[in-house]
Amino acid sequence: MRQALPDFISKEAYKTYYKQMWLVRFFDEKVDEFFAKGLIHGTTHLAVGQEASAVGACAVLEEKDKITSTHRGHGHCIAKGAEVDRMMAELFGRTTGYCKGKGGSMHIADLDKGNLGANGIVGGGFAIATGAALTSQMKQEGYVVLCFFGDGATNEGSFHEALNLASVWKLPVVFICENNQYGMSGSVKDMMNVEHVATRAESYGIPGKVTDGNDIFSVMTDVKEAVDLAREGGGPSLIECKTYRWKGHSKSDAKKYRTREEEKEWRNRDPIKAMKEALVEHGVATEEELDKVRQEAKQEVEGAVDFATESPEPGLDTLLEDVYADA
Amino acid sequence: MREITYLEAVREAISQEMRANEDVFMLGEDIGVYGGAFGVSRGMIEEFGPERIRNTPISEAAISGTAVGAALTGMRPILELQFSDFITIAMDNLVNQAAKIRYMYGGKGSVPLVVRTPSGSGTGAAAQHSQSLEAWMAHVPGLKVVQPSSAADAKGLLKAAIDDPNPVIFYEHKLLYKTSEHVPEEPYSIPLGKADVKREGKDVTIVATAIMVHRALEAAEKLAADGIEVEVIDPRTLVPLDTETIIDSVKKTGRVVIAHEAVKRGGFGGEIAATIAESDAFDFLDAPIRRLGAEAVPIPYNPTLEKATVPSVESIVEAVKHTLPASFKKGRELHA
Ligand SMILES: Cc1ncc(C[n+]2csc(CCOP(=O)(O)OP(=O)(O)O)c2C)c(N)n1
Repeated sequence: MRQALPDFISKEAYKTYYKQMWLVRFFDEKVDEFFAKGLIHGTTHLAVGQEASAVGACAVLEEKDKITSTHRGHGHCIAKGAEVDRMMAELFGRTTGYCKGKGGSMHIADLDKGNLGANGIVGGGFAIATGAALTSQMKQEGYVVLCFFGDGATNEGSFHEALNLASVWKLPVVFICENNQYGMSGSVKDMMNVEHVATRAESYGIPGKVTDGNDIFSVMTDVKEAVDLAREGGGPSLIECKTYRWKGHSKSDAKKYRTREEEKEWRNRDPIKAMKEALVEHGVATEEELDKVRQEAKQEVEGAVDFATESPEPGLDTLLEDVYADA
Repeated sequence: MREITYLEAVREAISQEMRANEDVFMLGEDIGVYGGAFGVSRGMIEEFGPERIRNTPISEAAISGTAVGAALTGMRPILELQFSDFITIAMDNLVNQAAKIRYMYGGKGSVPLVVRTPSGSGTGAAAQHSQSLEAWMAHVPGLKVVQPSSAADAKGLLKAAIDDPNPVIFYEHKLLYKTSEHVPEEPYSIPLGKADVKREGKDVTIVATAIMVHRALEAAEKLAADGIEVEVIDPRTLVPLDTETIIDSVKKTGRVVIAHEAVKRGGFGGEIAATIAESDAFDFLDAPIRRLGAEAVPIPYNPTLEKATVPSVESIVEAVKHTLPASFKKGRELHA
């Protein structure tokens, strides 16, 4: 028998998270397909294979908690409660999108749900998350901020500066590294001289922990501990989720920097399949029930495509709107 | 005659310089086996090895500063910043260090550094990957700023930039990478500070940079059909700026339109306009100087909006017509 499932998540909720896992997968696979067909333009970064870290981390948050996301942000967005309809519409550049068609894939934000935004700048989210945590502390709002980022981003100065500041001010922020082994073509082995990103936490006097990023239960357990600590005033933590991106970095990636064997190895550790097996084994749901959930997710993403396609394009009269907030 | 693309021309210039001088090397994110975000360094690691085609961590502050330090001590680094927007992270090292060192040290030392970086909109990559920030760099004494609009110019200007003992910011327009033309195979240099007259004409001068050179040339074609002869000048380098070629042209035509992709407000077009207005060409002006630049908005993602943000062939045609006398609009000869 596997390890017991975390008991702070209810049986019903597990099904919700299982569905979110599939929403992330189906959404990004759909985006991949549409991008290839030229129906989505610009650039996109897909999180296929990395579903467990996004969904698992956000699963332990309360509604009022906030996140910052990255260029590879569709999964975080969905996990924090965004509707795939409006996300797809954004990627189609339509007015019904989260950014009225002006932001695109790399800039989706959903402030109402506590998603402070994806980011086209690697490392752009560290200090923003820290600042949002400062607000929580100063206004005693009691929320925690989850800051998502990749392994590559931890080589940016902003990572080190933000962790230091968050640490000395004991801010309620949890730094979640999704270590998918590469920053574009740069392997972690060549780009940093410590094996684990989590080790870097030590320099800032905060807890650092490595977790299995392809095991949603492991992510939930470790992030919950860090979130609880932050909420109690114990300051920031750094959690490193070891995972893998199945696809290339973005559209034009020949993936010459890694091997087929390596890709296959990780595909065999499919986080969605692992979750399903565990849920069935622990009697949380039957295989049939879970297949139904999967089907629902699939239909939701299909529906999102219809919604996006039918939505209007922004008019030229909107070009100058929203540069400044009204005084 | 062999034609190669702008992208290949850039690669050829770097490769030839690296073969000629051991001190020249490249550093940047994903420039190794990946070949660079846009493919400029594709194949180069095979020829030059990872020592000289240095794949760096994602750390623009560190790599720009490292390049400054290496340049100050005898190397000739070429730094590739994946998108020119990320220059913001390298800004301290470029603005407060690279640009200032020689002057602060009383003429001692130099920083022979080239920062190559793709800029401009048109790829749908939205607000954080589409900016044209060249005016920032042009504002800083101590930096040189280059903006080639064609493959042959790119090759010659890059050689000059690498040979130059100063820090040079070399903007490559993403949409120009695939454009091609005849480019001589042997190494050659185009001096920084020499504008190019891309088309001769006597009625109106258009001063255009980067992608706008192409739109200006297209506009000139259209206007030629109406009997208007446009002269198109590409400064090629903003710093140093070839004011003489611009002023001479304005004295000849008496009318001038300036077109760049960067936001019009605070853009380099203002500098060019003021330079003309302050010169003896002022007395030759038959119409107010007109500037074209992007709307003061972040580049939007939606393709229609994105296009509408920056000057188009049509808007250039329109601007040129605005400089013409009313009599012309009624169909009479311009110089009647
Ligand atoms: C400041 C900055 N530098 C470079 C880039 C180009 N870029 C976009 S994503 C990326 C790789 C990021 O790697 P990592 O942080 O590990 O995240 P992952 O893509 O693996 O999710 C790079 C180099 C950027 N967007 N911003």
